[in-house]
Amino acid sequence: MLRYVIRRLLGAIPLLVGVSVLSFVFMQLAPGGPDALFARNARMSPEQIANIRHNMGLDRPMHEQLLVWLGNLLQGDLGISYTQYRPVTTVIWDVFPNTVILITAGLLLSLVVSLVFGVLAARRQYGFFDNVTSFVSYFGLAMPVFWFGLMLQLLFAVKLGWLPSANMHSIGEDGFWDLLKHLALPAFTIAIGSIAGWSRYVRSSTLEVLGQDYVRTARAKGLREQRVVWGHVLKNALIPFVTVVSIDIPLYLTGAVLTETVYAWPGMGRLFFDSLAVRDYPVLMGTLVLGAVLIVLGNLVADILYGLLDPRIKY
Amino acid sequence: MSVDSTSESRSTPPLASSIGSASAVAEVEPGGLAALVRDPSARAPRSPLQLALLRLRRAKLAIAGMVVISLLALGAIFADYIAPYGADEQDLFNITQPVTREHWLGTDELGRDELSRLLYGGRISLLVGVSAALLSTVVGLLVGAIAGYYGGWIDQLLMRFVDLMLAFPAIFLLLIVFSMRGSSVLMVVLFLGFFGWMWLARIIRGEFLSLKAREFVEAAHAIGVPGRRIIVRHLLPNVIAPIIVTTTLNTAYYMLAEATLSFLGFGVPPGTPTWGNMLTSARSNYVTYPILAIAPGLTLTIAVLAINFVGDGLRDAFDPRAGR
Repeated sequence: MLRYVIRRLLGAIPLLVGVSVLSFVFMQLAPGGPDALFARNARMSPEQIANIRHNMGLDRPMHEQLLVWLGNLLQGDLGISYTQYRPVTTVIWDVFPNTVILITAGLLLSLVVSLVFGVLAARRQYGFFDNVTSFVSYFGLAMPVFWFGLMLQLLFAVKLGWLPSANMHSIGEDGFWDLLKHLALPAFTIAIGSIAGWSRYVRSSTLEVLGQDYVRTARAKGLREQRVVWGHVLKNALIPFVTVVSIDIPLYLTGAVLTETVYAWPGMGRLFFDSLAVRDYPVLMGTLVLGAVLIVLGNLVADILYGLLDPRIKY
Repeated sequence: MSVDSTSESRSTPPLASSIGSASAVAEVEPGGLAALVRDPSARAPRSPLQLALLRLRRAKLAIAGMVVISLLALGAIFADYIAPYGADEQDLFNITQPVTREHWLGTDELGRDELSRLLYGGRISLLVGVSAALLSTVVGLLVGAIAGYYGGWIDQLLMRFVDLMLAFPAIFLLLIVFSMRGSSVLMVVLFLGFFGWMWLARIIRGEFLSLKAREFVEAAHAIGVPGRRIIVRHLLPNVIAPIIVTTTLNTAYYMLAEATLSFLGFGVPPGTPTWGNMLTSARSNYVTYPILAIAPGLTLTIAVLAINFVGDGLRDAFDPRAGR
């Protein structure tokens, strides 16, 4: 097991290097370049611009810049933000926890709801509850995330006034309850797509497990139905589910960007847009790399969980 | 297969006994077993495609989806004749109208008729969805087929590339490039297609790997059919089902993606009527005029829903395990 984890971690390194190199190349394709911010200033003399370019390391050949950047990256140094004049790691670290809160809340909500809905729907296949959940699921999958967010905002924040419409805290308050109230709509928004998809998935894999011999055995030996369903069936239905969840992790990153935009949530998404507007290259690169790290780690965790859940798998 | 004709039930015993040594029979007399299976049902044999169509017809949801999406597509194509107003025609005396007899879905902040814009907007939205889906299918098919058929280091190389693309936080990159280069319909299509082919490639590769070991491919190989011809004539027809299903579902996915990019301000250039752009411009005043946000969002949702129904129907129709 440990050897497997180590091997996977080592395997992730070339992947991350690849993503970093690709990010770097794509950034170079953009016109203007990192010094555009200064070069467009008419009062700058050519010497001054050359000076800035030299300080930023932009006068060196491309491959050298790439190697320097990669070398720094390996040491956890993402460079200095062009506009905030602070290390990129600090800039990102300031808002990263907020995004983690949002994504975690969405993931938890989605896991709980889709497991309960999926199993209940499978218990009575083609029953009333099954039909209702499948109808809702189809809608959930077809809606644009941000539109769903806007509609929730319109209904619960504007028309009904039950929940705050934006931001993470009310002004002058930072209690947990206040955070929870602000979190409710964004978490539901980011979760809706996976609630819809996952509950369908849990339903079909539960149905498959319900037909297995060991379920009949469990029932035959007189276990209570609750035990059978939530113990035997769910446990086995969960195994392939882990993979599905890990596949959807990139979707959560995208969802976070959209949700943060709709609800003015102060996270990575907002940082990204702010940096985009002022072309803060180091921050943008940092966001790209961090996103890739999250995706790769998510897949790794899923694979390890898969092994833990299914004792038949040997490494 | 249904057992309804008497001739079929009479022929069952020899069939059953021959199954025991099916491999031996098949080797000695290729096609003999197949002939035995097909022959008894004296009625016209149904090809897999016919069976698929039959099952598809049974799926009412898929048919309903097909009808809805056809209507939306027709509305978009013939918008010039159907739409009550032009896409950019302004009625400056009636801006942000509620639902009225002149404007069935009201007007936006520039006095443009919402219904007309919805009809015209379908053009770009559907066009982007379909062409991005086709593009990603072509790329996925090429990569998957080459990796699966040739195997070896080519396979390794291509699959590592697939891993790389899957690990890429595509949304960030799309936004960076579009914000700096500006965007156009073509750019949106190219980028969406280029970042969405990986799953199909994996499916095709897996199918090809298992198909490659089958006798008919070996036979083709043995009589000297060149590789490219084996791929096109012998392998491709066997993966038509996943290709069609994936392309259909991708179309819906890309329509959503187009709207998402537009919403973030980096999609199809603003001003062009697309469902995504209409949502974006509605965002500034949707609290006061909710219809402006509800109408395009609902239209998009219904379109995506319809395509998803068609895709699921196709999947059931092609699934040999689905019975009958």
